[in-house]
Amino acid sequence: MDSEDEMLRSLGMESINELFEDIPEDVRIEEIGLPPGKSEMEVLNEVEAVLSKNKSIKEMPAFLGGGVYNHYVPSLVDEILSRSEFYTSYTPYQPEASQGMLQALFEYQSMICELTGMEAANTSMYDWSTAIGEAALMAARLTRKREIIVPRAMHWDKHSVLANYCKGPGVRVRAFDYDKETGKMDTEHLRSLVSDETAGVYFESPNFFGVIEDELDVVKDVSGDAMLIAGVNPISLALLKPPGDHGADIVVGEGQMLGSYPSFGGPLLGIFACLQKHVRKMPGRVIGITEDADGDRAFCMTLQTREQHIRREKATSNICSNESLMAIASAVYISVLGRNGLRKVANECGKRTREAMKRIRSLDDFLAPAFAAEHFNEFVVKSKVSYDAVHRHLLHSGIHGGLPLKSHFPELEESALFAFTEMHTTSDIDRLVWALEGVR
Amino acid sequence: MSYRQARYEVPLILGLEDTVAEEGPESELPESLLREELRIPNLRESQVTRHYFRLSQMNFGVDTGFYPLGSCTMKHTPKILERVASSPKARFLHPEQDWSTVQGALQVLYELQGMLATLGGVRSVTLQPAAGAHGEFTGLLIARAYHEDNGEKRTQVVLPDSAHGTNPASAAMMGFDVIEIQSKEGRVDLSALENAVGEKTAAFMITNPNTLGLFESDILEIARIVHDAGAVLYYDGANLNAIMGRTNPGKMRFDIVHFNLHKTFATPHGGGGPGAGPIGVVDRLDEFLPVPVVAHDGERYYLEYDRPKSVGKVRSFLGNFGVLLKAYAYIKLRGGDGLKRIADRAVLNSNYLSSRLEGVLDIPYNGLRKHEFVASASGLKERGVRAKDVCKRLIDFGFHPPTAYFPQLVDEALMIEPTESETKETLDRFADVMREIVNEDPETTRNAPHNASVKRVDEVAAGRKPVLSFKMMGR
Repeated sequence: MDSEDEMLRSLGMESINELFEDIPEDVRIEEIGLPPGKSEMEVLNEVEAVLSKNKSIKEMPAFLGGGVYNHYVPSLVDEILSRSEFYTSYTPYQPEASQGMLQALFEYQSMICELTGMEAANTSMYDWSTAIGEAALMAARLTRKREIIVPRAMHWDKHSVLANYCKGPGVRVRAFDYDKETGKMDTEHLRSLVSDETAGVYFESPNFFGVIEDELDVVKDVSGDAMLIAGVNPISLALLKPPGDHGADIVVGEGQMLGSYPSFGGPLLGIFACLQKHVRKMPGRVIGITEDADGDRAFCMTLQTREQHIRREKATSNICSNESLMAIASAVYISVLGRNGLRKVANECGKRTREAMKRIRSLDDFLAPAFAAEHFNEFVVKSKVSYDAVHRHLLHSGIHGGLPLKSHFPELEESALFAFTEMHTTSDIDRLVWALEGVR
Repeated sequence: MSYRQARYEVPLILGLEDTVAEEGPESELPESLLREELRIPNLRESQVTRHYFRLSQMNFGVDTGFYPLGSCTMKHTPKILERVASSPKARFLHPEQDWSTVQGALQVLYELQGMLATLGGVRSVTLQPAAGAHGEFTGLLIARAYHEDNGEKRTQVVLPDSAHGTNPASAAMMGFDVIEIQSKEGRVDLSALENAVGEKTAAFMITNPNTLGLFESDILEIARIVHDAGAVLYYDGANLNAIMGRTNPGKMRFDIVHFNLHKTFATPHGGGGPGAGPIGVVDRLDEFLPVPVVAHDGERYYLEYDRPKSVGKVRSFLGNFGVLLKAYAYIKLRGGDGLKRIADRAVLNSNYLSSRLEGVLDIPYNGLRKHEFVASASGLKERGVRAKDVCKRLIDFGFHPPTAYFPQLVDEALMIEPTESETKETLDRFADVMREIVNEDPETTRNAPHNASVKRVDEVAAGRKPVLSFKMMGR
């Protein structure tokens, strides 16, 4: 290539190797060790061939939830996310060049505040689990205390991630139990754990078993001066009272349900919102409103003095890259569905769930739901036969059953968590019920 | 050629009136559980489309123009990556699916682990971390577990003053005290390092080439000092784009390596994310990797959980699969030869642009650059022009500004990373524009930008009384 030669010559060099003379001989490598490149067409064919070995949840009814759900993604979400002005930009450090991203993220923050009843939100954490970790650290900063109390009925990944986030500052994690009849939180057990040492109390509603908690005012009372941290499925908030009404200080959750695909678990979207009085202790990027030199409204990143690129080891978090594009997906999703659409999705989830519950309950071998309570979009099914056998039988019938729980909740024995969204048709549920009938 | 960014007044969605009739809620849930109101308008798709379309036009991306944001590697994203990641066979996979139904996805992850291990010169890789900083967090978690397993309580992380801000932040988050050592002529000062490390040191974190774009030629001596102290050597992979095919972190005797897939492997940056920050480790740290590790038994791919010394999980599920899939396709597309050419061209572009800017801006630290270089706008101070003003003025010409005021070693720093994606013509044009800016009426520079969708934004006012949501606007 001529221009490369020209560029080298202008540097007084003959070979590109001269640009690497500062790399000592003894660390140089001869071979990179990877096969040569291929054409776009070849790569596409190859990757598609590998992916074709997957059986997607489009190809079989699947009843998996547990934090990631298959909701319909409107075409407009894909359309906007394919705008490369958005997806090829980076963190909007230069507000004048990036007003579009900044406003869209501000809209996302505003919508999250409406849904959760909080006053401020950041532009995202990596996922729900890391948002819980960050919330625990924020509670410790706010209260200068070193203990966080969480439900035992929580996805095992979250327990593990939280433990790792708490390791650095030495925050202790304790877990409160659930009521074996209702699946709801055991508020008395929680009360016995709260002490002067408690920095924060975390709960989820709907909880891991899909149960809607209805004693949240008691939780606020029990938590006393500790930060009250709520974990939410944002779709449920189209109907349910927002955690802000129950006295929450911080709300976290998974935003994947709002316009992102399940995508084998990533990218996800960690929701993080809080009350105004706590914002200076909050982690992550936040967008604020200001003016430009003409006095016109403008947006920019703000409170950056909390962040790693300014404050280094004194930052509230190390987070830099986050899940901004998924936040845009959420904003578009909420905008295009509107109040009507969001409620409709939430209602449809509920309807499917109750329909499936009723039908599975009528089968001899299954108890559904395992807990006597109001559920949102999933519930625990208890089987009289080995759930592992049920799981394999369903797969054999071209159906993917729920999330097996036994290894993490042995007391629930042969159970699985079955989830339902508006994407499940009546015939999907028929197929599930028929297959369950044929287990023996 | 000058540039004019679109400028629309786009009202906030939450402030819009309904244009679609309300449909009453019909929930079967008990009244006591239900919310009273939901202040989200019912709009037509046409309105919402125009809203976000216009916002996109008020945003500058790599597809818009040259984006020399130092240390961020804002390279072109081949369009095939978006196509690959939008496959229904990737999007419609639930992370809890039975292994037998996701063999393709596990194969992608397994092979990507291998590709990255090769590129890093390390034993094994976890793909779980969602970003570079998350990778640092994970790497330090592993370092901590390793020392504890040896019965040692090491409480400090040492790093140079040129380190990315995430390095000290990650170290602090993992509970370490941060010891910063001063650089000497832009590189690690070996005697300062020798004095700083000891039996309390858990890790020394650096990037090589460093944030000044200089290769740490003493890297083996650095490694010796760190290892003699019993600490681990951590590689911040933000600058990996400079060295592929020439050297690798393992060869430089690093123990832990993170990769920024959104940088080096173009996945792209998504306006701030999603990214992916896989971690690679050498033999003796392998047993501490997060679970699960994607494994292959000769017939099928599976998830290996039986790793008793594992640190556990740093994120739900297996990582940002969509991003990992793009990196996988990118590495196949470019191949070993292509990745080496990328590093070559990235370094050529950087050295070329640096030479073109000589005499225009001060460029401290002589010698070869790698993928980026740091210029200083301090010479413009006497004319009342700051680095920040230069940045804003560049927008008027269709260039995204460089990283400014970092690293702090350089006064009025402008950190410029051209990447391999740019042509000589673009670099020449950038140098010409820079010359024009430093010679123009300072008033014009100070009042820039003139052609962006807004004028100079008052960031200080935003922080004084933060308004972070529609609700905080008093609405």
